[in-house]
Amino acid sequence: MSVGPENETGPVQAPPVFLEKQSYRRRRLSDAARLLPIFGALLFAIPLLWPDGSGEGGQVPMSAAITYIFGVWALLIVVGGLFGIAARRWSGSDPGSSERG
Amino acid sequence: MASLNVLILVCLGYVVFLFGVAFASDRLAATRRIRWLRSPLIYTLSLSIYCTAWTFYGAVGYAARSGLEFVTIYLGPTLVMIGWWWGLRKLVRVGRSQRVTSIADLISSRFGKSNLLAICVTVLAVIAVTPYIALQLQSITLSFSIFAEGDPESFYREGSSAFWVAAGLAVFAILFGTRNLDANERHHGVVTAIAIEAVVKLLALLAVGVFVVWGIGGGIDPILQRIDQSEIGTWTIDKGRWATITFLAAAAFVCLPRMFQVMVVENDDERHLRMAAWAFPLYLLLMSLFVVPIAVVGLDLMPEGSNPDLFVLTIPLAQGEGGLAMLAFLGGFSSATSMVIVAAMALSTMVSNHIVMPIWLYSQGRGASVSGDVRNIVLFSRRVSIAVIMALGYFYFVFTGGGALASIGLIAFAGIAQILPALVGGLFWRGATRTGALVGLTIGFLLWLYTLLLPGIGSGLLSESVMTNGLFGWHWLRPDALFGITGLDPTVHSVMWSLSLNTVAFCLVSLLSFPSPLERLQGAQFVNVFDHSAGPRGWTGSVAQSEDLMIMSQRILGAREAQEFFHAEALQQGGRGVLPDPTPAFLERLERELGGSVGAAAAHAMIGQIVGGSSVSVQDLLAVADESAQLMEYSSQLEAKSSELSRTAHKLREANEKLTQISLQKDAFLSQVSHELRTPMTSIRAFSEILRDTDGLLPEDKTRYATIIHDEALRLTRLLDDLLDLSVLESGQVSLNLRDGRLDAVLDRALDSALAGSTGKLVVKRQKSTERIALRSDLDRLGQVFINLISNAQKYCDARDPVLTISVHDVGGQVVVDFIDNGSGIPTQAQSMVFEKFARVSSEKAGGAGLGLAICREIMQRLGGNVTYLTGQSGAAFRVSLATNQEMAAE
Repeated sequence: MSVGPENETGPVQAPPVFLEKQSYRRRRLSDAARLLPIFGALLFAIPLLWPDGSGEGGQVPMSAAITYIFGVWALLIVVGGLFGIAARRWSGSDPGSSERG
Repeated sequence: MASLNVLILVCLGYVVFLFGVAFASDRLAATRRIRWLRSPLIYTLSLSIYCTAWTFYGAVGYAARSGLEFVTIYLGPTLVMIGWWWGLRKLVRVGRSQRVTSIADLISSRFGKSNLLAICVTVLAVIAVTPYIALQLQSITLSFSIFAEGDPESFYREGSSAFWVAAGLAVFAILFGTRNLDANERHHGVVTAIAIEAVVKLLALLAVGVFVVWGIGGGIDPILQRIDQSEIGTWTIDKGRWATITFLAAAAFVCLPRMFQVMVVENDDERHLRMAAWAFPLYLLLMSLFVVPIAVVGLDLMPEGSNPDLFVLTIPLAQGEGGLAMLAFLGGFSSATSMVIVAAMALSTMVSNHIVMPIWLYSQGRGASVSGDVRNIVLFSRRVSIAVIMALGYFYFVFTGGGALASIGLIAFAGIAQILPALVGGLFWRGATRTGALVGLTIGFLLWLYTLLLPGIGSGLLSESVMTNGLFGWHWLRPDALFGITGLDPTVHSVMWSLSLNTVAFCLVSLLSFPSPLERLQGAQFVNVFDHSAGPRGWTGSVAQSEDLMIMSQRILGAREAQEFFHAEALQQGGRGVLPDPTPAFLERLERELGGSVGAAAAHAMIGQIVGGSSVSVQDLLAVADESAQLMEYSSQLEAKSSELSRTAHKLREANEKLTQISLQKDAFLSQVSHELRTPMTSIRAFSEILRDTDGLLPEDKTRYATIIHDEALRLTRLLDDLLDLSVLESGQVSLNLRDGRLDAVLDRALDSALAGSTGKLVVKRQKSTERIALRSDLDRLGQVFINLISNAQKYCDARDPVLTISVHDVGGQVVVDFIDNGSGIPTQAQSMVFEKFARVSSEKAGGAGLGLAICREIMQRLGGNVTYLTGQSGAAFRVSLATNQEMAAE
């Protein structure tokens, strides 16, 4: 995978400070990929703030909870899938890393 | 209603089908048409062994008891997969580049190939996974019993069915998990069978879900209303459990041996993760989509007290949908079997690699150098390990009877999650050390054992007093309230304490301890794996392997030998082609062959490079370095020997030259001597003949001739005396008569005897004050040298008023006596010759035999000094250096 900055910084030569636009985009893409699980974990933690069933406040019906959880879940899958496609396209444009599977 | 017999028949048919699939894909993999076997789809589906029977049946029961909490089991892995860029990518890369065979192997490799650590992880894994295997056996037997209840003609016994299920699964795992000893521990057949099972269980659950929602519930909206009205209709959640179980599931997803097996070990291509990153969460989502509806409908429809864990099976049965129930049964069966097979394979690899093989090798006392039969031993030990693990699971099931499915699953998760700190620390922190990992793992394991496993499986393993009063009666050591913190959910309590103390111990001990060199190297390799390893290429296909091996072998063995070797191998394999297939046996022989040329470690690394496509590990490099160090030492020894030989040869040449020179000298000497003897002899003979034969000689003539004869005889005697003197001196047989004396006295005597009776007018200049030097030497011999030099000056000095200057002085701590006359001196070309025997400067003034200076030099060298010719003076100048150990007079 040539998207990661690790591969571009060889152990010998120092990495350039500024990158071409394409490489820059590629790195921000990997940043986004790293942020995605944190974002997802936060979204999955939101139900912890919902009023508990035992309290007298407004209760959240199970159907709404299901809709929310599965909605977030589906969102993560779609974004993850989009990222996978993008990463595949970028690595596909690299010479010597053709897609095999 | 399907009878039990039909069910068993279907079951057996399904198993035979799976056998066929596994067998066929193994064959396909062997004949290289495996492109689709290595697709990311197969990889994603194989990950689904995360969804066991616990998921298939238990999730519904879990939902029926605790609402939406069941979903945390899937949310954790979803987050891990979505975040593959953080961790899984690195884990897979490390696993491939280090040729890791299991999670225990990974941990042990990271921490300096520590087998102790590997044993700890293995033991932990076996203890944690055994209940999990029991859980699968329980679910299969439970589902059998459901069908048996509806079939009055059956003779169903729970225990025996569990036994047969366990035995059958063990046979399947042994047949396909240990058929061959793949260097990479990959099992295409099993993976393909698992992928098919993944599809079956997903379809089964979806089918039941669709039936429940649309067949019974009447669509989405009605079912949602029904959910809201049910007993789990409102959002009630234990917040601690929600967070803890999400985290626990994420940790277990990475650390479970069977997940590690399919995710890392069986991974063909790192890029498969890209698809799995979204496709596997999608699979999980689909698996859990209908769980709540099924639970709610089950709670509605089924009679009070029926087991909610089996709603997936019992709802279709109750609705008279025999076919659907059969499908659901097959789904559950698939979940259980795939999990058990892979878990048994992964565990057996760990047990045999880290426990059985070290013990066996140790007991053999031969080290790891034996080859050939080891493979059989490894396979045998894996098979036995699988059988033992299955037996453990079976006995656990028989003795505990099993509890609620979900609780056993969570206990196993919490146990296996104890590996997480060492795993994450090892991958991201170079400072993590073996001791730290060991201590952390032990503390986490003991706490998990004490706070969760022993109380959790119940049946009196922890006595009542320990439960209520704590260990040793210490209240703060109660298993459910460590340090006096009460009121927590047992799972949350245990996970919190065990994992946090595990992590703290791991970090602290790592900070305080110092890693071994191998550990530090491995740490750098792991943490900076993207700097060291090659790109995300898949494992090198076997298509070009033989050719690559051939090219490499030709370089090492030589073209003809390599071709002969390969041809012989191809013939032995059945002669299907010019090149043999890269079978393990062939590779082993080739490695041995190459090892003979380049050393075992280097050969192993080379073949590993081509066949495994993996990078060389540090241990390989160390072994290569060892071998090259040995080679270098050997070659330096050779070099030393050869330089010694050349030195000896040089010395011999020198000695030879010297001998030749000496022989030449001897010839020259002999001819000189004979020449010197002949001249006086000739005159003696001539004059004695005249005396004898001539009559009437005048008396004065007679006297003159006799005088000549006498003189010549004297000359001969002198010559012979000199020769004798020289030979005595040269042979070293001279005995020196060392006495104490003074230099001026020696010079006085020498001058007296040299100038006595001479008619010459040689004037001798001396500076007596400098001559008062005490010395210890052979004074007669020294005097002889002085006499010789003085009479030489007397004889050869050609000045009109010959003057000889004798000066004594100190040159660099050495007393020297210079004899310098005012004559024309010795020509430069003759200077080097004057000390040779029979060397005479001018033939017209021949007085002696030309041995005087040669004798002088010999004498002085015997006395520890020397005689040299002094250049750059006005006349002939000789310098006598006295021995350095002269005692200087203090006068």
